[in-house]
Amino acid sequence: MTSGPPVEVRGLTKQYGDITAVDGVDLTVEAGDVFGYLGPNGAGKTTSMRMMLGLIRPTAGEVKLFGKDPQESISALTGVAGFVEAPRFYPYLDAKTNLELLAALDGDGANGRIPEVLDIVELTDRAKDKVGGYSHGMRQRLGIAASLLRKPKLLMLDEPATGLDPAGMRDMRLLIKRLASEGITVLLSSHLLAEVEDVCDRVAIIRKGKIAYQGQLSQLRKEAGLSYSLRTTDDTAARKVLDSFTAVTDVAASDDGTLRFHPADESAVAQLSGQLTAAGAMIIELAPRSATLEELFFELTEGES
Amino acid sequence: MKSPSTFTVYRWELRKLRAQKRTYLGIGAAILVPMAFTIAVALRPGEPRDVPFGRYIHQTGLAIPLVMLLFGSIWFFPLITALVAGDIVANEDQNGTMKTILTRSVERTQVFFGKVLAAFTYAFIAVVISAGFALVAGLFVSGYNPLTSLSGQVVSANEGLSLVGASVAVYMIPILAIASIALMLSTVTRNSAAAVVGTLMFSLILQLVVIIPGLGGLKPYLLSTQFNAWQGLLRTPIDWDPIIRAAWVSSAYAIPALLIALVVFLRRDVTGG
Ligand SMILES: Nc1ncnc2c1ncn2[C@@H]1O[C@H](COP(=O)(O)OP(=O)(O)O)[C@@H](O)[C@H]1O
Ligand SMILES: [Mg+2]
Repeated sequence: MTSGPPVEVRGLTKQYGDITAVDGVDLTVEAGDVFGYLGPNGAGKTTSMRMMLGLIRPTAGEVKLFGKDPQESISALTGVAGFVEAPRFYPYLDAKTNLELLAALDGDGANGRIPEVLDIVELTDRAKDKVGGYSHGMRQRLGIAASLLRKPKLLMLDEPATGLDPAGMRDMRLLIKRLASEGITVLLSSHLLAEVEDVCDRVAIIRKGKIAYQGQLSQLRKEAGLSYSLRTTDDTAARKVLDSFTAVTDVAASDDGTLRFHPADESAVAQLSGQLTAAGAMIIELAPRSATLEELFFELTEGES
Repeated sequence: MKSPSTFTVYRWELRKLRAQKRTYLGIGAAILVPMAFTIAVALRPGEPRDVPFGRYIHQTGLAIPLVMLLFGSIWFFPLITALVAGDIVANEDQNGTMKTILTRSVERTQVFFGKVLAAFTYAFIAVVISAGFALVAGLFVSGYNPLTSLSGQVVSANEGLSLVGASVAVYMIPILAIASIALMLSTVTRNSAAAVVGTLMFSLILQLVVIIPGLGGLKPYLLSTQFNAWQGLLRTPIDWDPIIRAAWVSSAYAIPALLIALVVFLRRDVTGG
């Protein structure tokens, strides 16, 4: 019935007048992935996910979900569920009726799963309350419940933890982990790396509509490890050396005077130590450090210093 | 896997209407206005002699729903119709639920026609309720007596009753065209207030067009004129011409409006919510 990976996006572009919200994005999510789609606010995450769900038309490029184009037929969303931005419901209907409505639009016996999905998101007690009176966190959970009605093989969640309190965030993470462990492929967007770090195995980083990095999270960690820190007796001289040395990039100073940089390779580090000594900056500390993913993420998304 | 039918969408559209205040506002007005009108008839000695059947309102209750249909066509029934038809698409935008329903297993076309049918159903029910209350209140005030047709013949009360029923049915033709225009404005503007007001303005402007010198010849082709088509039923023999014209003139308004709405609905980006 299905062929192709859960998500295959090629050259996806969306133009709003002068703004190119999404600019030639290529993305592949394989079955079983818990895929983190990372980028700062305004990077184009939501816009690309709207295109993936068939809500907006790409200016160029295409989306295939299990080999099917959501622009062509709603049947491309068979086995696919999720939401973009905050999930929205009819405020004048209670949660259960909202789910009944959506289940009716799903067909396929979705109605019978309502008690189960309400239970999963712990809203059974509040099922008879109008959604208009729900808190943000409850709506977020109801959004997950509404997605689970479809028995998804692919779940797309756009910043599901945004606006939740710490406990809510933790619950959301646990829920996503649990769903992933049940074999559901998950595409999860976030503007915070920390939010997806312990959930995701693969990530794409989007910046100004373009993919800046795509691959294993472990590979990203390895790249992050290539950063060095340096302390010397003469910070100014050391900085001058670093700035003029071409085998070193991304030089930055932290508050305590420690310098950070990316060497091209280990021999560049060895060469550097000689040059520093020659310049009169005696080395106190020169050590490889595993930069936090935050830093790397920041570098990838905010550009070079 | 079996996909849900358009009928399912339609049923749930009706279910949503049942849960919204706006629906009851319309139905409430559909009940109260004929009641107030009938009470005024009962309390005041005179009658509106310048409108068809106006002179008979004290003789037979059958005349009261007919006079209601005449007065109501100016803005009352278009307003009640537009109240729901102008909102039914736009409220999904305003609630941000468009994305919610368009990411399930129904095609956009199905969602659209489910909404069209629901808006039509509501307009039908509202007009029937309104005419029904006018009739019952009218019978109470002026009695179940024979009716004088527009050709001057007296028809029995029973026959008159079926003619009133048939008149309401013919009245639905332009009502559904008004609903279609409201649906178009609802889809295009994504704003229910704009759609309701726009529909009302449209229907009022049409009525003014004929006053402009030289444009009087347009009258038979204006949507507003079709609200009088039912009067053909109250002639002996029945004059079918205005009814047939109402059918095609109203279609000429409704079908393009629905087509435009459908195309916009199918092609639009769902960016809100
Ligand atoms: N409907 C729209 N009209 C115009 N610009 C838009 C629209 N939606 C998004 N944008 C712009 O596209 C860019 C990407 O937005 P978005 O996809 O929401 O980013 P993210 O979800 O990563 O925060 C932003 O610059 C935003 O202002
Ligand atoms: Mg976003």
